[in-house]
Amino acid sequence: MTEQHLIIEPIIGENEKSAKDRLRNFPWWFLALIFIAIGVFFVISSNEEYNAAFIFIKIGLAITLKTTLIAYAIAIVFGLLAGLGRISKNIFFNNLARLYVELIRGIPILVLIFFIALVGVPSLVNGLNSIGEWLSSAGISPLSKPFLAITNQDISMNARAIIALAVTYGAYLAEIFRAGIQSIGKGQMEAARSLGMSYGQAMRYIILPQAIRNVLPALGNDFVAMVKDSSLVSVLAVRDITQVARLYAGSTFRFREAYVTLAVMYLTMTVMLSLIVQVVERRLRSND
Amino acid sequence: MTNSDNIIVVKDLYKYFGDIKALDGVSLTVERGKVIVVIGPSGSGKSTLLRCINHLETPTSGEIWIDGEKLSKDAKAINSIRTEIGMVFQLFNLFPHLTVLENVTLAQKVVRKRSKEEAEHIASEQLKRVGIPEKAAAYPSNLSGGQQQRVAIARALAMGPKIMLFDEPTSALDPEMIKEVLDVMLDLASEGMTMVCVTHEMGFARSAADEVLFMDFGKIVEHTTPDGLFNNPQEDRTKLFLSQILKH
Repeated sequence: MTEQHLIIEPIIGENEKSAKDRLRNFPWWFLALIFIAIGVFFVISSNEEYNAAFIFIKIGLAITLKTTLIAYAIAIVFGLLAGLGRISKNIFFNNLARLYVELIRGIPILVLIFFIALVGVPSLVNGLNSIGEWLSSAGISPLSKPFLAITNQDISMNARAIIALAVTYGAYLAEIFRAGIQSIGKGQMEAARSLGMSYGQAMRYIILPQAIRNVLPALGNDFVAMVKDSSLVSVLAVRDITQVARLYAGSTFRFREAYVTLAVMYLTMTVMLSLIVQVVERRLRSND
Repeated sequence: MTNSDNIIVVKDLYKYFGDIKALDGVSLTVERGKVIVVIGPSGSGKSTLLRCINHLETPTSGEIWIDGEKLSKDAKAINSIRTEIGMVFQLFNLFPHLTVLENVTLAQKVVRKRSKEEAEHIASEQLKRVGIPEKAAAYPSNLSGGQQQRVAIARALAMGPKIMLFDEPTSALDPEMIKEVLDVMLDLASEGMTMVCVTHEMGFARSAADEVLFMDFGKIVEHTTPDGLFNNPQEDRTKLFLSQILKH
């Protein structure tokens, strides 16, 4: 190959390529999605039946968002603790974290929601009650009162739904945090320790800030997944948008209007959130 | 029994990685203010010895005394002894998410419990000492290798260590940047810092070292002065090694 060849070829090649590539890489699916969304919004706002369904289902939006946000915040804490446990050299914490992750990931989310809400929480209440009985029989009655007073009715289905989602997602987030921590080179921990920092200080100031930055896109994707999975809490009669849509459909027999509206509402939320995740991801990458 | 001027005393140190014997009964005494250069082929245990001195590797057996204090397995004691021992790594290991100034102040604040002002004052002095005060606000990724390594030295010095360990500090550098790092190390040596340096820079060994160790297969083969090593090596293995690295 002559030198001239070397210089000219890439220029021509690139131009041809970029025009073709632009056509090929254009997000046609996104354009289609926007058209569908505009169409459906038009129908919902102009068609009386769809409009009625939307106004009814909208009531559940607050519950869906609240459940997702609170459960996700708790799941982050569970996930971080379990992720740290997974890389811990302490045999007890390591195995405890592993047990939690494997147990949860081996059971369908729907089953976990039933189990935690209808078996786990009542068992916990029973346990607390028996601690109270033990305390009062030991003669420490002032301490025993709060333990004895708690009943199953005190823990609403909304709260149980949040607990169930948080426990479930904690196990998934644990693996994300573990991978993120392990993606940071060994030299970072050694440098921090060589300066006299404890393991905890090195984690807090050096490892986790870098690890969390690396896994932000993955955390965002799981948040989007959780918005969708929050629909499962409708099986506990929690009045999120899915449950409200079911109620609307059941009482009016307008199944088409109810479920089209419901699907579009989820789609709107997830597409918007995905776009935010993509923007964050791109900004993180350009900072590197 | 340890002379107070012996700042590092290593007795009968063994380190195994699985079945591999990395250190095979190493004993060593370093006097305060001395510069020791450790040379030897790769895999000879030089880095392992260095990393055992500040307990980044836990020795399999043997004793290490730092300034009259015996290293134990107690985590708190190890952390506090590490603050007296600065370490400089081959790959710099700066914290990429922090600015140069933050790199140098962080451990001062969280380990030494210095105030922000004091830490920043010390940091800027150390950055001046290594010749890059103007880079305080930069991130490590915007620095050259030589600059990064000088920041790493400043970061270690800011803790006010009694001993500095250098683990092949110039091996990852482009040739034109080696000098700027060696100059900082030479300054440090002339100021009386106790230094243990694993390096392949024979020029540095000749001009700055008080003693030179030649290691092979986890043992100290020869422990002598730079003059003695380069002009009058005693052991065959030392002669072979020197002939290989000084050939060109």
